[in-house]
Amino acid sequence: MTTTYAVLGEFGHAIDFIFHSHESQIGGTQVGGLGQIWDLMWPHLKLSGAAMAIACAISVPLGLWLGHVGKGGFLAINVSNVGRAVPSLALIAFFVAYLGVGFLNLMLALVLLAIPPILTNAYTGTRQVDRETVDAARGMGMTGPQIVRRVELPLALPLIFGGIRISAVNVIATATIAPLAGVTTLGDPIINVNTYGDEGRLAAAIVVALLAVVTEVTLGAVQRAVTPRGLKLTSAGRRQHRFPITRRQAIP
Amino acid sequence: MTLEVAQLQIHHRTDTCESRNGFCPSWIADHFGDYVHPFLQHLVLTVLAVAIGFAISFTLALVAHRRRWLVNPITQVTGILYTIPSVAAFFLLLPITGRGTDTALVALVSYVLLIIFRNVLAGLDNVPEETRDAGRGMGLTDSQLLWRVEIPLAMPEIMAGLRIATTTTVGLATLAFFAGAGGLGEKIFSDIAYKSNVVVAGGLAVLLAAALDGLILLTQRAITPWTRAVAQP
Repeated sequence: MTTTYAVLGEFGHAIDFIFHSHESQIGGTQVGGLGQIWDLMWPHLKLSGAAMAIACAISVPLGLWLGHVGKGGFLAINVSNVGRAVPSLALIAFFVAYLGVGFLNLMLALVLLAIPPILTNAYTGTRQVDRETVDAARGMGMTGPQIVRRVELPLALPLIFGGIRISAVNVIATATIAPLAGVTTLGDPIINVNTYGDEGRLAAAIVVALLAVVTEVTLGAVQRAVTPRGLKLTSAGRRQHRFPITRRQAIP
Repeated sequence: MTLEVAQLQIHHRTDTCESRNGFCPSWIADHFGDYVHPFLQHLVLTVLAVAIGFAISFTLALVAHRRRWLVNPITQVTGILYTIPSVAAFFLLLPITGRGTDTALVALVSYVLLIIFRNVLAGLDNVPEETRDAGRGMGLTDSQLLWRVEIPLAMPEIMAGLRIATTTTVGLATLAFFAGAGGLGEKIFSDIAYKSNVVVAGGLAVLLAAALDGLILLTQRAITPWTRAVAQP
């Protein structure tokens, strides 16, 4: 094994694992290298992406609609509180024990995990649109669906993307324990440490952490990009009132 | 290693309900004692992590409340800590702090920081300027104003942050066994496909989160009697 980054100790071995492959300690197979990291990352992204797409398709329209008609607030807000109380490992274990292992079952578990923050934020975002703005739109002759699409959705988008961001990071983090449900992801070197060795496990931890931070930063940039210009202008004065996280609002 | 233990347990199951992998009340009654120790480990881990995290982030928030330029850097650093997946954090800390409860605690504390910091700061910011003026007019010094006016009025937000932090930590602590700290997650992991085991261990984790959440809510009601008139519906 070529140890290029030996000066960094165990972290050096882990970085070396990311860039160069070597023979597995149980013999037979080659482990490590960018090619294998990518082979593990691709199913990780596929699983997370599929779960997020389904969760968004369910909770964004539902949250917008509940917010528009002003009903179901109790459900939309408390689903977050309940969702937070169920540990992700327990949720996956329930699915494995009752439905069995596999991509589809695991994806369903991740969808359930991703829905609460998006739903709560979509509802809160729609509700906090100024009633006067909605009245003005109605006065201009807009119909209900037009108000949702052209007034409430744009104004709620920053919060909706805030929810998507929370869920995406959470789903990527949880997809790390997917090998427990029989799906190979970046968590494979963490769960099957015998094959990959300690440096493989640490390497996987580094890659997963980077992936989560990159997702957070990217979606944060998207969130700023979708914020309507009018909201940005007033945000300086209103910022301190936007941040409070009480039980009635979203998770950070 | 742990996986082998799980397989052994499967072979030992000869009773019909267990061999059919059902939900077995009799098995649960016989083995409930095995869950007490992991439950207590889980409880201690959660309470310690939240207490340490609260002490750190409450102090940070008080400092940032007076020195506003600190708000952004603290939010960004704690934000990155919050983003790093807990499983990754446990293994990233392993070469530095070794296997055991300490590693799990460091990682869990790092998740609590952002939640409580933001809420304490938001609570302090939401105190009306007129109230502060009234306090100053009554001759309160800055620190008297903080402890007698601002913090009591910020209590609802502070306690809300504490509740979110506690339920989140109970969830994350199920993964603390990766760092060698035991807890209910270790029981779930030991036999993840066995319904009775998953229901008991997972159920206890959910119950723990709900119980701690309720306890904090009751405390909040007791120490902020003036909010009860406008209590949530």
